[in-house]
Amino acid sequence: MGDLRLMKGNEALAEAAIRAGADAYFGYPITPQSEVIEYLMAEKPWERTGMVVLQAESEVAAINMVYGAAGAGKKVMTTSSSPGISLKQEGLSYIAGAELPCVYANVVRGGPGLGTIQPSQADYFQSVKGGGHGDYRQIVLAPASVQEMADFVKLGFELAFKYRIAVLILADGIIGQMMEKVELFDPIPRLSDEEVIAQNPWATTGKKKGTHRRIITSLDLEAHEMEEHNKHLQAKYKVIEENEVRFEAIDCEDAEYIFVAYGSSARIAQKSVQLARSKGIKAGLLRLITLFPFPSKALQTYCKNGVKGWLAVEMSAGQMVEDVMLAVKGCAKVEHFGRFGGVIHTPEEVLHALEEKVIGG
Amino acid sequence: MANISFEEIVKPENLVYKKTELLTDKTLSYCPGCGHGTAHRVIMEVIEELGLEEDTVGVAPVGCSVLAYEFMNIDMTQAAHGRAPAVATGIKRVWPDKIVFTYQGDGDLAAIGTSETIHACNRGENIVIIFINNGIYGMTGGQMAPTTLPGMKSSTSPYGRDVDIMGNPLKITELIAHLPGTYFVTRQAVHTPAAVRKAKRAVKKAFENQRDKKPGLSFVEIVSNCNSGWKMTPNDANKWMEDNMFPFYPLGDIKVDGQMVK
Repeated sequence: MGDLRLMKGNEALAEAAIRAGADAYFGYPITPQSEVIEYLMAEKPWERTGMVVLQAESEVAAINMVYGAAGAGKKVMTTSSSPGISLKQEGLSYIAGAELPCVYANVVRGGPGLGTIQPSQADYFQSVKGGGHGDYRQIVLAPASVQEMADFVKLGFELAFKYRIAVLILADGIIGQMMEKVELFDPIPRLSDEEVIAQNPWATTGKKKGTHRRIITSLDLEAHEMEEHNKHLQAKYKVIEENEVRFEAIDCEDAEYIFVAYGSSARIAQKSVQLARSKGIKAGLLRLITLFPFPSKALQTYCKNGVKGWLAVEMSAGQMVEDVMLAVKGCAKVEHFGRFGGVIHTPEEVLHALEEKVIGG
Repeated sequence: MANISFEEIVKPENLVYKKTELLTDKTLSYCPGCGHGTAHRVIMEVIEELGLEEDTVGVAPVGCSVLAYEFMNIDMTQAAHGRAPAVATGIKRVWPDKIVFTYQGDGDLAAIGTSETIHACNRGENIVIIFINNGIYGMTGGQMAPTTLPGMKSSTSPYGRDVDIMGNPLKITELIAHLPGTYFVTRQAVHTPAAVRKAKRAVKKAFENQRDKKPGLSFVEIVSNCNSGWKMTPNDANKWMEDNMFPFYPLGDIKVDGQMVK
């Protein structure tokens, strides 16, 4: 058994950053994720591992500090919540264009605008369809437990450096605020400066004599070259779609009806599966772990198995449901259910929606 | 004299000036007469003379000098508009022994990036900021900048800057000099050989401060021309700069070794 703790999801993110060997965290306080930077400032990782922690003057500055440090080859992370994540979109677009590795988390709250501080999943479109300007994608991991809040920081850095891409841990206010048992992974030492330079020959670490200079930029005024760069990005996203899909199928083998959900909604829908089964309804849950890449092939497999209907369960007015529709290509009925604006649905409401909208509809 | 050959002139013993290898051979994208090229040369000569090129990372802005990384032959990062001081902060914090500088224009540094500028200065980031102030947005075609003088014409103040409507020009250099995080703040120019020599001394001091880990940020403003944006010949632009820009943005040191000069 590893290091077992009772922690908030936000604290698990922070502790995992230290243990993952992160070189720096740049952040700005916003509810419901301020515990991340509070934990780090109290923990003083600069004394434990040499990790830098800095409270920036804004979310805009924080993501640009990430851009600078990531461009210099270091493992960097930032976190925020919905309004702050909107502010970071400019920087994230630059990070995508310049192909920089980084991990960031969005502990989602209800919107639009200043919205509410209660949990929500209404930032799905922003997370998987781009968010900032330009044709780009990022890997989106959706934790459904405090355990995954910790584990996905480690996984996130691995994927970020494997593909030179931003990895988003898309949590929600429930996952960020609730306390659960978490088994922390063993600390990974930070890379030495020599290792950073050797492993990231593209990074701006100072041009040695007789070597080519490194330029971190997303600019190319020559349109044909920019098209080639875009083609390269799209090819990379294709590789990610083929290799990095993650999901969990719960009671799906014999399921006639399948809930598709991620994060807190998946936890709620798992209870709905039990309630349905106790009433004789063969229900299952496809819990999405990666939102990009979207597990389209998994959904299509269950289509072939004869699923009669799908219910997309999300704390939004209906965002992920569009990707479910695109994936199943009309094989069976697809409906959406979710409370939103900071309201959390109950397992009974979810089951009722299945009965009314999918089975009875 | 008429029959003297190229080979007879270009001989090692006749060499009086050589372009630093820290500038690439790429043709500058700046307008003829513009001060950017000279400012680039001064910075790169200083980095070479101090032997810092293997450990320096520069940050280019958005504006005319967005392509500074095409000309500066060192590792460079291109920042989003106004964000260079935050980008430089990120680099310097994870590589504290590297030399990090930003190169920014007035729109970048004193309008859209005001927050990043002030907070990097106030935190006392151990970096160098080179601030090129020509009182106009050059890249986008001569619009009003935060530093455009009262009455000065631009494409978005075609009848001259009316301060009642458009507000006053911002003397951001004087502003940041009052912050405890700045260690060296100076205003220079590069339009005459004498000014270039002074500017080079100032840039050198700024980089030495960072090399020697002096406490705080070193900030060098270079008041420059924009003959294209000002719709003047290069010579007229330099004269206009002396007659109008320098009285409003007086040259000289403002803060040295952490102490206010004026």
